[in-house]
Amino acid sequence: MAKEVRSIVITGNGTNCEMEMAHACRLAGSDVVDIVHISDILWGEKRLEDYHFLNLPGGFLDGDDLGSAKAGANRFLHARIRGTGRPLFEQVIHFVEQGKLILGVCNGFQLMVKLGLLPAVDGDYGRQTLTLTFNDSGRFEDRWVHMIADPESPCVFTRGLGGLYLPVRHGEGKVVAAHEGLLKRLHEGRQAVLRYSTPDYSSPTMDYPLNPNGSVDAIAGICDRTGRLFGLMPHPEAYLHATNHPRWTRENLPEEGMGLSLFRNAVEFIRNELL
Amino acid sequence: MIHRIEVGFKQSVRDVLGERTCKRIVANLGIDVREVRTIEVFTVEGSFSREELEVAAAGPFSDPVIQVYSVDRPLARNFDWLIEVGFRPGVTDNVGKTAREALELLYAERGAGGRVAVYTSRQYLIMADIDRKNVDAIASKLLANDLIERYAIMGKDEWDAERGMPPFVPRVTGEDRPVVQEIDLAVADEELLLISEKGVLALNLDEMKAIQAHFQDGNVLDQRRSVGLGAKITDVELESLAQTWSEHCKHKIFNAFIEYCDEEGNGIVIDSLFTSYIKESTRIVRESRGDKDWCRSVFVDNAGVIKFNDDYNLIFKVETHNSPSALDPYGGALTGIVGVNRDPFGTGTGAKLIFNTDVFCFASPFFDKPLPKRILHPRRIYDGVREGVEHGGNKSGIPTVNGCIVFDERYLGKPLVYCGTGGMAPARSMGKPSHRKEIRPGDAVVMTGGRIGKDGIHGATFSSEELHEGSPVTAVQIGDPITQKKMTDFLLRARDLGLYRAITDNGAGGLSSSVGEMASLCGGCEIDLQKAPLKYAGLQPWEILVSEAQERMTLAVPPENIEEFKLLAEKMAVEATVLGTFTDTGKFHIRYGEQTAAYLDMDFLHNGVPQLRLTARWLPTCRETPRIAEPADYGKALHEILGRLNICSKESVVRQYDHEVQGGSVVKPLVGSMNDGPSDAAVVRPILDSFEGVVVANGICPRYSDIDTYHMAACAIDEAIRNAVAVGASLDHLAGLDNFCWCDPVESKKTPDGAYKLAQLVRANKALYDYTIAYGVPCISGKDSMKNDYIIGDTKISIPPTLLFSAIGRIADVRKAVTMDAKRPGDIVYILGETYEELGASEWYAHHGFIGHSVPRVNAGRAKKRYQAIGRAIDQGLVASCHDCSDGGLGIAIAETAFAGGLGIDMDLAKVPYEGQRRNDYMFFSESQSRLIVTVHRDLQESFEKIFEGQCCAEIGIVNDTGIFSVRGIEGQLIISEPLEGLKASWQRPLNF
Repeated sequence: MAKEVRSIVITGNGTNCEMEMAHACRLAGSDVVDIVHISDILWGEKRLEDYHFLNLPGGFLDGDDLGSAKAGANRFLHARIRGTGRPLFEQVIHFVEQGKLILGVCNGFQLMVKLGLLPAVDGDYGRQTLTLTFNDSGRFEDRWVHMIADPESPCVFTRGLGGLYLPVRHGEGKVVAAHEGLLKRLHEGRQAVLRYSTPDYSSPTMDYPLNPNGSVDAIAGICDRTGRLFGLMPHPEAYLHATNHPRWTRENLPEEGMGLSLFRNAVEFIRNELL
Repeated sequence: MIHRIEVGFKQSVRDVLGERTCKRIVANLGIDVREVRTIEVFTVEGSFSREELEVAAAGPFSDPVIQVYSVDRPLARNFDWLIEVGFRPGVTDNVGKTAREALELLYAERGAGGRVAVYTSRQYLIMADIDRKNVDAIASKLLANDLIERYAIMGKDEWDAERGMPPFVPRVTGEDRPVVQEIDLAVADEELLLISEKGVLALNLDEMKAIQAHFQDGNVLDQRRSVGLGAKITDVELESLAQTWSEHCKHKIFNAFIEYCDEEGNGIVIDSLFTSYIKESTRIVRESRGDKDWCRSVFVDNAGVIKFNDDYNLIFKVETHNSPSALDPYGGALTGIVGVNRDPFGTGTGAKLIFNTDVFCFASPFFDKPLPKRILHPRRIYDGVREGVEHGGNKSGIPTVNGCIVFDERYLGKPLVYCGTGGMAPARSMGKPSHRKEIRPGDAVVMTGGRIGKDGIHGATFSSEELHEGSPVTAVQIGDPITQKKMTDFLLRARDLGLYRAITDNGAGGLSSSVGEMASLCGGCEIDLQKAPLKYAGLQPWEILVSEAQERMTLAVPPENIEEFKLLAEKMAVEATVLGTFTDTGKFHIRYGEQTAAYLDMDFLHNGVPQLRLTARWLPTCRETPRIAEPADYGKALHEILGRLNICSKESVVRQYDHEVQGGSVVKPLVGSMNDGPSDAAVVRPILDSFEGVVVANGICPRYSDIDTYHMAACAIDEAIRNAVAVGASLDHLAGLDNFCWCDPVESKKTPDGAYKLAQLVRANKALYDYTIAYGVPCISGKDSMKNDYIIGDTKISIPPTLLFSAIGRIADVRKAVTMDAKRPGDIVYILGETYEELGASEWYAHHGFIGHSVPRVNAGRAKKRYQAIGRAIDQGLVASCHDCSDGGLGIAIAETAFAGGLGIDMDLAKVPYEGQRRNDYMFFSESQSRLIVTVHRDLQESFEKIFEGQCCAEIGIVNDTGIFSVRGIEGQLIISEPLEGLKASWQRPLNF
């Protein structure tokens, strides 16, 4: 592979944030950014291994009809690649084993959790131990939220970041863990990277609507033990330019949106560590 | 074999759906319920082993972290009452479809033999000390819609914990016995009308007689003989004609020959309102722009097309889905939004969809009088429509950027559900202008997307009737946004590969309309209905042709591309079927297998409908100016008006719509210091590496129709334009869509005042003509829905004549866009435009139970100068905030500017330029049009005022940081001094559910 950062954005079956996700990768400096329909992979015309950075964007996979991303996860687990007959999920696991980066946003995060790619506290990728379920409010909401990033987290996406202000747009974003022990492990591994916070970024909060869904321990984003797989409910690709900010007409904001930093970190990491 | 998989939440996990249902039962029905829990039920049909079902239940069907499941054994326990709600046969079950696909994928390897089907239902476990009558009320008034759903009730005493609920399989049981029937039209007039009525054809006697006459023509008969048809019309032909000639498709009232008589007895004749007013005004505006005309395709396609820049076009359409939403608010509205998505998508060579905009007209959700028969409670309509549009818009990945909700008691009979969608397409597709459609004889007729069922049969003709006792169940359908999303993903790729030549959507009238309309571009078609993919057996040929089953597009595919097209469809899991060929024979030729089922002249099909001849008589209303006392407490009055349904915040609805997907959101529906102020218009940036933006706005003011529809229409047009320019749209590049929803204006026994209602329509059209020309804002597309009446028994409810005027425009640089919230203490508050004593049909009068007669009038000459000037001021960066002054008048607009910005405003009513009886309440609450409230930084005062030299522009107040909105009256006394939080709370409270 030539020395270029190659990003893939997967779409199809109800995914709908692929354009802005790809735009974020481009702005962050990725040399190649391909929006790839999942059927292209299932027909063997595209392979994950040709990329370094796998983006799983937001949307409604199969309408979230069986619960968010459930039917989508079923496809990843059981659909097979034409020609080879191997499950698609093998490609994903191989991608993870190579130490490459995966970012799941909203529905993409839900997909990663339901595939067991996150949090995988024991490195047991493929076993679901956590879930994202219906918001306590019982409704889908579009609203901007504040988050604080854990500076001690291994997450490569949030390096150097303090607070983040991004929109959530979901009905099923509440983190629920299978048991208390898991949460403990999650915190020990500093895997609960992002937490909904007060507007001054001082402390995590369980207060609605600052915490928009009632997520346990105010968790908004999670990484795996290596910090290379990362998922979050808020949409970093929705804040790439100042004019995306809900109050840009009344506040002095930097032209670059806060969401872009996550993508910059990813591309920089790939350039430094994977190429 | 039938199996039941049940999925419920673990004890430790909150069941928010159950909690919300519990709240609704208590709040909406007033029935005391302690707790509700839910269980999802999958009824599986197919040959699966128990182990296989266990795997499916544990896998895709349930979430191991929070849920438990059971196979063929009930989960429910510990309840007082159990209600299970499932779909009736043939109703779209999206979850069931996804579950089936998941199951098939899971067992694809072993090749799941035989037929697999999954039907979903939901159990509500209720804890409450109530009797069966109350449980039945919960089921029928809240949980299930009898038209599309069935329910079963079980008390704890009847419950068998071993067997649970008996499985119910809503399979459509039909057998294929296709018959093309012949109908004898050589009968007496009464008989003709009976045929129309019985068949829900909505054809009047003149139309039936025109068909009768056509089928007596010797030439026609000879040609029919050549394809094996006799002298009698077939049911397929009659249905095709009924669909194509429906009010919905042919706009017969808008194309009628009308004799209009005004109050002084002066008569004029109008040969088609559509041609004389709507098309003509657009022609005049386009002509006046000469070679700078930016209209690309108007009134000829599924949506209007204008230029965005040299490389891209904008496409826009607004539709209504009123009658289905009255019967099934959720399904009706969902189908409305995914349906209108297909209009821009099916325009020219196809477009990417970039925004939705929705406007609803409802009766008060707090309606507390007895409901007329077959009418759903307005709260149920409100909740159902809101949710339908949420699912339709959000799941399609199209941001809902703008909209409003209008309340009037007369929308009880029929709610109005306006759904609009904008698209963007490259200006050229495969080297040709993308806004034109071309079809060549020999191109394949291809249908893609969903399958055909009985859903939506007679939708087009049904919507051309009032809501009555026998309104057909099949008119109701539920959209499937994911099937549509998969199809649009596929078709956009096919477009960019140049695989098809033309595209159109299957909406009203189904294949008969889509193929019929496309065939008129090349001069004919020949298709075989037997090839059409069906959801289930038992459809008659005519049903296949006119079914309005959703999520389908019809395409013209050149023969050399058909294999590649089909292969791409297969790969992307979209069904694509060749139904036949486009021809140039001049015939609409429909076969079922080898048998010809219809053989109609294209010319007769499209142009044979006889023109209606109607009479319109205008009688101005003459109501007195009401005598109302000046309020003793203006603060209290302000709180009350802020809390009126037409003015209060719609945030709870807006938040549930994704308004930011696609990443180009610039001016959101909610703005200001706390992200909760009411934005005037939306700005989106569809091309992420460019700063050019699209502006979307709406104007609607049906209350003014009670006085004069001319001014109602003028005000709606002005409001849309005013909203658009308020955020920074250029008046030079703004187009409109007219969307008329009327009550039946054809005089008849059931509509004795038809001539007046038609005169109201004529006057609205005259205003549309006058004002679109005056502003240079041409209509590029539109829609009408003419039978928004409810007639059952002695009760008749007609909606107020309603025009939604939607505007789409351009802002050259989105970084210059302006929002409505006050920005900084010290900024100067201006009012642009005169205030008159115009309180007729205002919110202030309505609050006191009056209508009055002094309806606002629009002076377009002055307003146009003002709008051009505000455009210059915004472009020069002189404007801190700009807010449109509309319902409730300047007092409301300034209060909103203040609390949205979290800043106080001190204003002086005496400084407001005003003509009329000088009363504080009149000045404060008058709804004079074309006014804008602007705040400007003191340093920019001079430059700003210079731009408005010679225009009405008055400094009336100052922004401050006191947190108080204060108003001094005409005598200089303080009449209002209210903390912002309190005002905002009054504005936010009413619809905060």
